[in-house]
Amino acid sequence: MVLAGWASWSFDFNSLNLDALKYRTQLKKPKLPLLTLPNSYISTRGNRPMTIRNNITVPLMNLIKLGGTPILQQLHLEEKLLRTSSLNWCIVNDGTNVPTVVMGMSGVPAELLELEPVIRDKVPVIRRFTGGGTVIVDHETIFVTFICNKDDLPSVQPYPRPIMDWSGLVYKEVFNGIGDFHLRENDYVLGNRKFGGNAQSITKNRWVHHTSFLWNYDVRNMAYLKLPSRVPEYRSARNHVDFVCRMKEHISRSTFIERTVEAIGSYFSVEPIKLETIGTQNIVFTPSTRLLSKEELSAAFGSQIENSCSERVLS
Amino acid sequence: MRMWASSTANALKISCASKAPFALPRCFSTVLDGLKYAPSHEWVKHEGSVATVGITDHAQDHLGEVVFVELPELGVSVSKGSSFGAVESVKATSDINSPVSGEVVEVNSKLTESPGIINSSPYEEGWMIKVKPSTPTELDTLMGSKEYTKFCEEQDASH
Repeated sequence: MVLAGWASWSFDFNSLNLDALKYRTQLKKPKLPLLTLPNSYISTRGNRPMTIRNNITVPLMNLIKLGGTPILQQLHLEEKLLRTSSLNWCIVNDGTNVPTVVMGMSGVPAELLELEPVIRDKVPVIRRFTGGGTVIVDHETIFVTFICNKDDLPSVQPYPRPIMDWSGLVYKEVFNGIGDFHLRENDYVLGNRKFGGNAQSITKNRWVHHTSFLWNYDVRNMAYLKLPSRVPEYRSARNHVDFVCRMKEHISRSTFIERTVEAIGSYFSVEPIKLETIGTQNIVFTPSTRLLSKEELSAAFGSQIENSCSERVLS
Repeated sequence: MRMWASSTANALKISCASKAPFALPRCFSTVLDGLKYAPSHEWVKHEGSVATVGITDHAQDHLGEVVFVELPELGVSVSKGSSFGAVESVKATSDINSPVSGEVVEVNSKLTESPGIINSSPYEEGWMIKVKPSTPTELDTLMGSKEYTKFCEEQDASH
């Protein structure tokens, strides 16, 4: 689904000129008597209201809004921005164009996927550059990604747990008054049901945290995934349908996206940017995120059958 | 110092595991004498023409359980401060950066089957690569054990 006014998925992601953007922060003091100066105040920069707290400079975050962009292109963009940009980025992709399986860096198809239907139905399978588990995403998945300089969030140590905790604070704000949101072990839950899968990649000075939110999902797509061998304790042996929930039962797509952008504004000066305006200078970068080939999936299916036969013989 | 730390730890019922000699137990992170340390939390042990590299106890503790390790091939060149591989833990991949420049002459293949060795033995069995340094003087720019201990304390205190 491509929404009016959002970037077209056909943009050439390899032609980004990231250096064309200038890092800028802004700090503007109000002209108020000192005695009446509140802890926070509103100033303006252009047509956008900005918040400054206790005279702390708020770093810039560029916001890219996409709609229906193929998840492979989104992941390539994220990996490129993580590795070659020095700026902060928030990417929101409202749905992806086709149902796609996305595994983490160490994902093994034979262990994670029901390969027979995956191959039969020609479901694309991607291995992404971040850690974590396997998801199946489609046009009813909402993707939110934060790419940050560690020095722009100095209270957040660049390790998995602190980054996860920080993201939990952001989304707690998003769902404030809307749902019983928690960060449970490493998952976002409403009540005790998971509604989003998240993962991270951490470099020396930057990190990316991205989430695929289940605004809605087709239960038939879950048939492409095996039950993972490592599950969180709070799952308590529940099957998939009882373990996950649909975000649509709690919040609309537009409200969720608006509130997410608003919540990020507590930490950054958020600047919407159209992908097409970034520039055309080529930056050479080879992402590690890739689509698995038909041959790879077939070979994995072969080993899956062999293992299955071996188990039957042994039993 | 070790005896004091150990008895204090016992009194406080804190575990300060330290298998190697001349270790400075810090209760939550161990730092070894005789190694050099990078600010990105890798250690290097220079012996003769080979430098052995791994991640510190502080790093493995903060990363959590390591479930996968990606290491370079033999013969690959590594550069000081640049990534040569990655570990996966708790849904995150984290770069591992080389403290020295040179050529990879050995890779710890045990980590493929048992990545958790990095958690249980970060300075010994959990070594990652061995490098033939191209510029041995780079080691002089790294931190010693006391400096690194203080560095970790300051990092943790500021968060």
